[in-house]
Amino acid sequence: MRKYLHVLGIGIQNTLVYRVNFLFRAALGLIPLLGTIFVWRTIYGGKPPGDHVAGYSLAAMTSYYLLVTFVDALTAVAEDDWQIAADIKDGNISQFLLKPVDYFLYRFCLYVSGRAIYTTVALVPVAIFAWFQREHLVAPADLTAALGFAASTLMAGLLQFLLAYTSALLAFWVLDVSTFIFILFALEYIASGHLFPLDLLPPALTKLLMLTPYPYLCHFPVSVYLGRVNDADLARGLAAQAVWVVLGFGLAKFVWSRGIRRYSAAGG
Amino acid sequence: MTTLRRYFSLWLDLCRISLVQEMMFKVNFLLWIVVEALWFGLQLAFMGVLYRHTDSIGGWSKWEVILLSGCSQFLMQLVSIVFMTNLTNLSELIRTGKLDFFLLLPVNARFLISTRKFEVGNCINALLGLAVMAWALAELRHVPTVAQVCGFVLLCGAGLVVHYALMTMLATMAFWTVRSQGIVWGYYNLFNIARLPDSAFPRGVFKAVFTFALPMLLVSNVPSKLLVGRLESPREMLLLVGMAGLGFALSEWLWRRALRQYTSASS
Repeated sequence: MRKYLHVLGIGIQNTLVYRVNFLFRAALGLIPLLGTIFVWRTIYGGKPPGDHVAGYSLAAMTSYYLLVTFVDALTAVAEDDWQIAADIKDGNISQFLLKPVDYFLYRFCLYVSGRAIYTTVALVPVAIFAWFQREHLVAPADLTAALGFAASTLMAGLLQFLLAYTSALLAFWVLDVSTFIFILFALEYIASGHLFPLDLLPPALTKLLMLTPYPYLCHFPVSVYLGRVNDADLARGLAAQAVWVVLGFGLAKFVWSRGIRRYSAAGG
Repeated sequence: MTTLRRYFSLWLDLCRISLVQEMMFKVNFLLWIVVEALWFGLQLAFMGVLYRHTDSIGGWSKWEVILLSGCSQFLMQLVSIVFMTNLTNLSELIRTGKLDFFLLLPVNARFLISTRKFEVGNCINALLGLAVMAWALAELRHVPTVAQVCGFVLLCGAGLVVHYALMTMLATMAFWTVRSQGIVWGYYNLFNIARLPDSAFPRGVFKAVFTFALPMLLVSNVPSKLLVGRLESPREMLLLVGMAGLGFALSEWLWRRALRQYTSASS
């Protein structure tokens, strides 16, 4: 266990080098967010006051996007998938096959430390931004919502990591995984509720999406926070999320064991 | 005139070399086209979803906004085809000192560095942007006049110059910071503003910054508005053209300043 704590420490030191980079990233990311919020305000401005869009007031809609930004800072993978793919391609994983260090856990520690630093740095611009939007910001619906949000965000982070890890393992089979990663990312961007709340889609489509793991990466935790999920659905949703995490873990292990058989340890 | 001809034939040669290089990895080449098209589809889906819940955004109808998205995509792909990769590589050229090689050649160094690699794959996606615009025009039942089309082409040219100037200035920062790989990522965030209708933004700091400092709300809005006849006064056209001229002059000034203090590396 101690060795993984050590990895965590190294991860924190390594990512601290990029703190200014992170700050710029987080601040620049707010520009399109602000654009989207302005567009929504204009849409609400053209409606009678107090009107809702799919059950969202303007405040709830603004909060939705801010929470997406927050969940994203906490869970999104930064460079992890590229680094894993590069490790495989360049033969860097050979050392992990010889040492008593599990590559999966090693990567997971690096992911956790990266997220911890990124969130801390990103909190500065996001908090300033949230302060400017404070009149449109809503608090968690109640204690259950707050706890449910915390639990589902945690599992969303696990799912994000598993997704990135498994797709990066494609590097065992193909030379350049970047296109596959971008395609998966595009799917995730829309199907996880990043671009807009999934309830804005035709109901049949929303239902269909809820059968995939994507909404549990982002839409579900945010909906819980906003109190749009009743207790029964919350329990069911958390259970579904847990099932996806277990399935994802199984898939990651399976793909790794198949991939390692094809591994040619390029570059020695 | 002969100078222009010489640079044009040089550019054609660079395009040919890029094409040959690109064809070495055919599957990858095709997959990148899919990736770009997918992201464009996402933007259109977003607009489609918005208009499920409203009829107009700041006076823009659904198909007008789709036309704007198409125009924005077209410009962004043109930037990717000609400049994006090259300007992103500038920081690498500076870091390794390979920039020396370009400075020694008997051509304008900025020209060569900006246009060295031609991204063939993005041509398909630029055409896709134009196709979506044509589709939107058909839905709007609007046939633009010859003057509107000519004006549109010219204004797109001005928009392209604005994008190029801003990107060059961002990339030139690498002379001082050495690292600037974040440029592309940062610039994608700005591109996101360009496809939104300008009237969705209230008068204020945000609108002022993105009109006069980083004129993202002009580059695709003005050509689109001209094409569908939404342009109220020629002021906006003049503003875009003026911004293009000013941007280019500023970027050239910054480029020269940066070159003057370039010290090369590892030699």
